[in-house]
Amino acid sequence: MSTASVPLPNWITYGLMPFLNLVVAFLISGVVVWIIGESPLDAVTLLLQGALGNGEGIGFTLYYATNFIFTGLSVAVAYHAGLFNIGSEGQAYVGGLGAALAALALDHYVPWYVTMPFAVAGAAIFGAAWALIPAWLQAKRGSHIVITTIMFNFIGAALMVYLLVHVLIVPGKMAPETRVFLPGGQLPKLDWLIALFGGKLGAAPFNVSFLIALVMCVAVWLLIWRTKLGYEIRTLGASPTAAVYAGIPYVKTVIITMLISGGLAGMMALNPVLGASARLQVEFVGGAGFVGIAVSLMGRSHPVGIVLAAILFGVLYQGGDALSFDMPKITRDMIVVIQGLVVLFAGALEYMFRPAIVRIWQRLGKA
Amino acid sequence: MSPSPTPAIELNGIDKKFGAVHANRNIHLTVAKGSIHGIIGENGAGKSTLMSILYGFYHADAGSIRINGKDTVIHDSQAAISAGIGMVHQHFMLVENFSVLENVILGVEGGALLGKGVTGARAALKRLEADYGLEVDPDAIIEELPVGLQQRVEILKALYRGAEILILDEPTGVLTPAEADHLFRILGVLRDQGKTILLITHKLREIMAITDTVSVMRRGEMVATRRTAETTVEELAELMVGRRVLLRVDKGPAAPKEVVLSVRNLTVKDGRGVTMVDNVSFDVRAGEVVGIAGVAGNGQSELLEAITGIRKPASGEILIHGQPVAGFDAARLRALGLGHIPEDRHHMGLVLNFEESENSVLGYHRDERYGRGPLLDLDACRDDAKAKIEKYDIRPPNCRLKTANFSGGNQQKIVVAREIERDPALLVVGQPTRGVDIGAIEFIHRRLIAMRDADKAVLLVSVELDEIRSLSDRILVMFAGHIVGEKTPDTGEQTLGLMMAGIAA
Repeated sequence: MSTASVPLPNWITYGLMPFLNLVVAFLISGVVVWIIGESPLDAVTLLLQGALGNGEGIGFTLYYATNFIFTGLSVAVAYHAGLFNIGSEGQAYVGGLGAALAALALDHYVPWYVTMPFAVAGAAIFGAAWALIPAWLQAKRGSHIVITTIMFNFIGAALMVYLLVHVLIVPGKMAPETRVFLPGGQLPKLDWLIALFGGKLGAAPFNVSFLIALVMCVAVWLLIWRTKLGYEIRTLGASPTAAVYAGIPYVKTVIITMLISGGLAGMMALNPVLGASARLQVEFVGGAGFVGIAVSLMGRSHPVGIVLAAILFGVLYQGGDALSFDMPKITRDMIVVIQGLVVLFAGALEYMFRPAIVRIWQRLGKA
Repeated sequence: MSPSPTPAIELNGIDKKFGAVHANRNIHLTVAKGSIHGIIGENGAGKSTLMSILYGFYHADAGSIRINGKDTVIHDSQAAISAGIGMVHQHFMLVENFSVLENVILGVEGGALLGKGVTGARAALKRLEADYGLEVDPDAIIEELPVGLQQRVEILKALYRGAEILILDEPTGVLTPAEADHLFRILGVLRDQGKTILLITHKLREIMAITDTVSVMRRGEMVATRRTAETTVEELAELMVGRRVLLRVDKGPAAPKEVVLSVRNLTVKDGRGVTMVDNVSFDVRAGEVVGIAGVAGNGQSELLEAITGIRKPASGEILIHGQPVAGFDAARLRALGLGHIPEDRHHMGLVLNFEESENSVLGYHRDERYGRGPLLDLDACRDDAKAKIEKYDIRPPNCRLKTANFSGGNQQKIVVAREIERDPALLVVGQPTRGVDIGAIEFIHRRLIAMRDADKAVLLVSVELDEIRSLSDRILVMFAGHIVGEKTPDTGEQTLGLMMAGIAA
């Protein structure tokens, strides 16, 4: 009997296996670090200290994690319907336009908490809109969503550069970015939250978006497991033929799912645009959409798993920055290698250890 | 043409299980060299599994294979080819946009450079053509060839690889009668040249026309082997369909009332555009069970799918209570009182990854009783599931268990419970007891009769003739997309069997 279908207890599937994958990723990274002539142990220490050693490090870690929670949720929602949304990157980028327009329109007149709902809505609507055409093409024409969403990443990037260079740029300035939002268009930092644990946020851009991300985690959980739509999404993902049998409308469900997925990706823009830099800049997404794929895979498309995986990647991002600062031999590219290894083992090779674990488990069961 | 004493193939005690399904039970088979040996049986009888074992796609759980008197372990198709076994699949394994020649040498190109292999293959094809009358243009592109010629390419492929034993799996399924006749002539030539041919089919006519020996399979067992000259169509039909003790269902006479389902001139095509249901008309009344008998693959599945909103019909009308519903999706049909127990519970009737309670609302999940507005009330679903588990004795009685972990019979009960408990005016049932244990079969049969007695219309499709005969009040026999006749349930098995084989009307 093949080992793929043997049921394992949850603590192994959701605890032990991701942990083993992570350990192997770090071991191989350690070998890489050792080859270039640095001590792996020192490197790990520096990485963890940089990411979690003080309030500012934690602030940066959670700031990155916030991005990844949004994009991870985006990928996860689509994945539940059996759709592989590679376009979170582009949807987040275009979502930034929606968020920025809300901030630019309102920041003169109202405080941030009035702007916020409009910015959230703007980001979500623009992100969703960017997912609409790939969704429609998939639902109606059968064009593969992986291909179309990748294409839309490029189109989105080109569109945003055009808008920032020709339309939204501050007249007379060189940088392709909007004006800086007034406090009415900014999301406040969460220094009080860090202070609660006795730390100091310092320069870290950790902001209210994190709380919005957590709310979205609950919302996604509700959607997927506590609504009829979520039930239909899961049915479609688990068995498209059963979905037809049950009369679940394919076109409608695919489009709605992708709109939600795109909306979640779009909201990611709140964090860097309204939270960190207080303006819309080119390339502000910086690959968070693609990291979201790994986060969603590693978090098994469950909000709790996604938060944990997002924090892990936040640690890698922030700790990696600190590491490359302290160990000049370990360049920014090396950090990308380590992140790549984590993605490889935790995401792509998710089930590598499963057959062996199943055998051990069965042997233990028999003994 | 006297067969040599060493048989070409000897199968000893081949046994194969897929989970709970016992596909092959202790099969013994001897095929004489230089003969055409037919293997006949209904779909699901285990013919294809047996051939897949012989060709190395599956491994037998037990038993041994001897080829030309030598013990042979066939662990993959490469090993089968080197043992001299070639297979012509029901669905061709050809690269559509390659030429005939390119397809023939695919996998045996004979080196990194094509030149030499191509020249050799061209000569070999010429020789095969001369020897067996298998003429086909080596430079023709596959997709431009008619199906009969594509099949010939498959045969050429096998012969080019040195096949002495040729397995043909339902070879005439896709052929016109004229193409089939031509194929039979070729097979005759191949036999006369000393090749051994195994012909898998469910068509009695072909067996009688071409084979020397015939073996009958039923429910995973090899039930008989006869010399074709010494048997009759009637005997084979009986062996094929089987004469098991009928699971008689106690039922009174039907009291049919108004027409609930009316099908008018319905034509349905499958995904490839092949007409599977051809201009079919019939009615089902409240208070009767109408059974559709037929060998699997004669259009019953497509008919069922069209009626239940899975597949859009190509033309014709479907009326429920006089309302035209052709092209409605499953959700709208359910709202009109259609219940559907699908043929394939694993892919259609259930989501195996879901908890039992989630499956017990599938298709009805939008109902207000399972949660207000957009919300899904899991407690309501679970209470509902528990009630059905109790009433239908579904085991284990745990509505939180993953559906895949229930046995086949209990999975089917989940579907039956869900569809019957909604009290539909029309219940459409496909293969209600496939892969289900005896106890559950009786239970499900009683439920279906209870539906009839409660003045519901029941349309039953099954390849189990026993089931059709014991449940139906009227039997429609389907063959090749047509309803070839209507019979009463006391019609003899033989008569029905012959109608199902397309021989008598």
